[in-house]
Amino acid sequence: MALLEIRGLCKSFAHVVANADVYLDVEAGTTHAILGENGAGKSTLIKMISGLYRPDSGEIALDGAVQHFASPRDAILAGIGVVHQHFMLIPAMTVAENIVLGTERQGDAATLRQSRLLFNRKRAAASVQELSESLGLPIDPWAKVETLSVGMQQRVEIVKALYRRARVLILDEPTAVLTPQETEELFAVIRKLNQDGIPVIFISHKLDEVRAVASTVTVMRAGKTVRTAPVADATAAQLANWMVGRDVILQSRKEEVAVGDSVLEVKNLRASDDRKTEKVRGVSFSVRRGEIFGVAGIDGNGQTELVEAIVGLRKVNGGSVHLLDRDIGHMSVGERIARGIAYVPQDRQQDGLILSFSIAENLQLREVSKAPFSRRGWLTRAAARKRAQQLVEEFDVRPPVIDASAGSLSGGNQQKVILAREMSRNPELLVAVQPTRGLDVGAIEGIHRYLLQLRAEGRAILLVSLELDEILSLADRIGVMHAGEMAAVMDNQNVTRESLGLAMTGKWSEKEAIS
Amino acid sequence: MPLYAVLTGLILGGVIMAIAKYNPFAAYAALFSGAFGSPTAIGNTLAGAVPLILAGLGIAVAFRTGLFNIGAEGQYWVGAMAAVWVGYHFPTMPWIVHVPLALGAAMLAGGIWGGVIPGLAKAFVGAHEVITTMMMSYIAILIAHFMVENGPMMAPGYVPQSPTVAASATLPPILPTVFLNSNLSDAFFIAVAAIVVVHIVLFHTTLGYKLRAVGFNARAARYAGMNVPLYTVLALGVSGVLAGLAGGVQLLGVDFQLTDTFQSGYGYTAIVVALLARNNPIGIFFASVFFAALSAGSQIMQINAGVSANMTDVITGIIIFFVATDRLYGYWSQKMRPHRPSSTAAIISGKGESPQ
Repeated sequence: MALLEIRGLCKSFAHVVANADVYLDVEAGTTHAILGENGAGKSTLIKMISGLYRPDSGEIALDGAVQHFASPRDAILAGIGVVHQHFMLIPAMTVAENIVLGTERQGDAATLRQSRLLFNRKRAAASVQELSESLGLPIDPWAKVETLSVGMQQRVEIVKALYRRARVLILDEPTAVLTPQETEELFAVIRKLNQDGIPVIFISHKLDEVRAVASTVTVMRAGKTVRTAPVADATAAQLANWMVGRDVILQSRKEEVAVGDSVLEVKNLRASDDRKTEKVRGVSFSVRRGEIFGVAGIDGNGQTELVEAIVGLRKVNGGSVHLLDRDIGHMSVGERIARGIAYVPQDRQQDGLILSFSIAENLQLREVSKAPFSRRGWLTRAAARKRAQQLVEEFDVRPPVIDASAGSLSGGNQQKVILAREMSRNPELLVAVQPTRGLDVGAIEGIHRYLLQLRAEGRAILLVSLELDEILSLADRIGVMHAGEMAAVMDNQNVTRESLGLAMTGKWSEKEAIS
Repeated sequence: MPLYAVLTGLILGGVIMAIAKYNPFAAYAALFSGAFGSPTAIGNTLAGAVPLILAGLGIAVAFRTGLFNIGAEGQYWVGAMAAVWVGYHFPTMPWIVHVPLALGAAMLAGGIWGGVIPGLAKAFVGAHEVITTMMMSYIAILIAHFMVENGPMMAPGYVPQSPTVAASATLPPILPTVFLNSNLSDAFFIAVAAIVVVHIVLFHTTLGYKLRAVGFNARAARYAGMNVPLYTVLALGVSGVLAGLAGGVQLLGVDFQLTDTFQSGYGYTAIVVALLARNNPIGIFFASVFFAALSAGSQIMQINAGVSANMTDVITGIIIFFVATDRLYGYWSQKMRPHRPSSTAAIISGKGESPQ
C-alpha cells in the first residue's frame, strides 16, 4: 500500500476549476515527480496536501488513514513536510532557531530537548546538529540564515521539515533557485532520504531533472492527473507531450540572419550595487543587428547590475554605453526608451507590470505620452483599446480580455503582455533578463519564437539568462560573466558546455594557460 | 462594501443606544431631520460637506499615488490664513479678481505646505510623508494660533480673531431665499467642479495615469521610465492644493474671519471620507455628505432625543472600523494568493482587489 494516497481530489475557486479528479500514490522510499505546466494545478494540489486549502471533495490518506487537515499545522503533525519555492526562513535568526521555530515549546523532552517554558539555545543547536549529521546533511546550527547560500538555505528547510518528523517530503520547484552544482547536491540528498525510507514529492517542470532524480512521474495538465508512469519507461518527448497535450519542439530552430552594424557598444563599463560594492568591473562587448548576444553566468556575478546600467536604472561609475553611436551612459530611463531600448525585466510582477492595472493599461506603460495611447496629455482610450486588442490577439495572450487585470494572468501570459509591449515598439535593442523564468514548456517555446522573430527582423537582442540551455539554443554569441568581468566571449558555433562551465566558475584563463 | 460598513455602523450605533436605554429610532429620526429636515438643514449639510469634499479629494489623490497625506488639517489652516489675509488686505478690489486671488493664495499655501516641502523631503532624502505632513500640520495649526493671538493677523481689540474679509472677497450664498439662513455658498460649486476635475485628471489624462502607476507600483513605473520623485512631489502638491482650497472656501464662504477655536477637524474627517469612498472622486461626494449629515444632525439628535451628540462619533468610529477591516480582509485574501501585494499602502488606498 502506498504511504500517501490522493483519491479524486477536487478544488474550485469561484469560476476556476484548479484541481479535478486528482489521483496520486506515493510509495515509501521513492521519489515521485509531479510534472506539469504552470497553471496545471500543481500548486493547488500541494496546498491541499499541506493543509493550506481544504479540498471540495476527495480524500488524502496517509498510511491508509484518511486525513482532514484544517490547517497547515495539522498537516505538519500528520507528517507532511513542505519546502516551498520561496523559503519560509527568518534571515536574522540562526539555523537552529529557524529549525526549532514553532516547536520550541512543545516540551517533547526526549527528542526535542526543550522544556515547556524556556528556550534553550544550546540544546536546540545540539539537537539540530545531531539530526543534520544523522541525515547526512551537515549544517552549522549557529550560522545566521542570512549568511547562507541559497542551496544551504534550502537544506535548512529540508532539515526543518524532517525535524518536525516529516514522513513525506514535498519539494516545490526546488531547483529553480539553485546552481547546477547545488542541484546535483540536492539530488544526492533526495536519494539519501529515499534510502532512509522517506518518500519525496518533487514538483518540477524541467524534464531533465525529473528524469535524473525521480523513479515515478505523474503528469498534470489542466488540473487533472493525466498519466502516471515509471520514469524509466518515458522518453523526454513523451513526457513533454503529456504535459502540453501536443508535440513541442525542444530545440529552437534558428534561421540564418545577416549580422549588421553594432547597435550597442559597451566599453569598460563599471557599476556598483546598492551597497556600493563594485559589481561590474570593466565590461566591454557589443551587440549587432540581427544578433542575439547571450550573457551567461552564475547568479550574482554582476549580470543584474550590468543590465541596469545599460537600461539606465543604475548609475555608471566608469566606461561608456553607446546606442547607435550615441553616448547614452548618462541618460534617464525615459530618454533611453525614447531612443529605442526595450526591456524585459527579470521580475515581471515587481518591475514589468502593474498587477492591478488592466492588460490594456499595462500595454501603454512605457509610452503613455505617445500616440495611440494619448494626445496632448489626454488619454485616447478607444485607440489604446484597439491597439491593445490587436496586441493581445497577435501575442496570443490568454484570456484575450484586455480589461482583465494583469495580476489575474498566469506567469506565461504576463510575460506575453510584457513582450507584446516591448516588441511592438520596434526597438533598436531588446534587453531581456531571464525572460522564461518559471514558465512552462509551451510558454517558453512561444517566448523563444518571439525573440527569434525579432532577430530575424534585424533587431539587436541582449539576452541574460541563468539557463544554459536557453543561451545555447538562442544566442549567436555568448559572453560569460564571472566576478563582474566578461570572462569570455565565444561564438555559439564552437562552444562546449565544458568551456562555458569553466568560464562561469572563473577557470577559463587557467584552461587557456593549460592548452 | 462601503455601504455595508455604513449600515453596520448605523445598526451597531442603534444597538448601543438601545442598550443605553435610548430609543434608537427616535434618535435617528432626529438625526435625519437635523440633517435633511428643512431647506436650511439641507443647506447646512451640503455646506458642511464642502471642505470635506475638497480635503478628501486631496487625500484621495495622494492615496492613489501611494502616499499618505495625514496633514490635510494643517494645509487647511495655511489655506485659511492665506485666504483671509488676501481677503482683508485688499478692501477695494473687484470681486472677480479678489476671490480668485484669495483662493489662489490658499491653494498655493496648501500646496507648498503639504506638497512641495514634504514631497521634496520624501523624494530626495527619503523622509516619510506621514511624519512630515503630520509635523507640518502641527506647525501650521500653531502658527494660525499665533497669528490671531497677539500676532500680525489679530484684529484691533482684545478678542483673538482676525479682521473680517472684505465683502468683495466673499463667496455669495446659493439661493438665499430657498436655503434660508444656511451656510451654503458658491463654495459648493467649487467643490463639485473639483470633483469633476480630479476625476478627469486621474482617469483621462496621462498625468493621472502616471500618478496611479507610481502609486500602484513605483518600481514598475521607474522601470518604465517615469520620473517617480517628480510624481511624488506632484501628488502631494495637488493634495495640499486641494486641502488649502478647502480652508480658503470655508473662510470666504462661511467663517469670513479666523478665530482661535481651531477645531475644524475637516482634515482628519477627510481621511475617513477618502477611505470610505475608496478614493473614488464621485464616492467622495456622497461620503462627505454623509459625514456632514452626521455632524449636522447630531445637535438636533441631542436636543430632541436626548442622545449625546458624541454618539455620532461612536457611529463614525464603527464605520471606520468596518471600512478598515474590509480592506484588511481584501489584503489578506490577496496575500494568500501566489502573487505579492504591491505594498502595504494598498490596504488604505483601496488598491487591494476585492475578495472573491
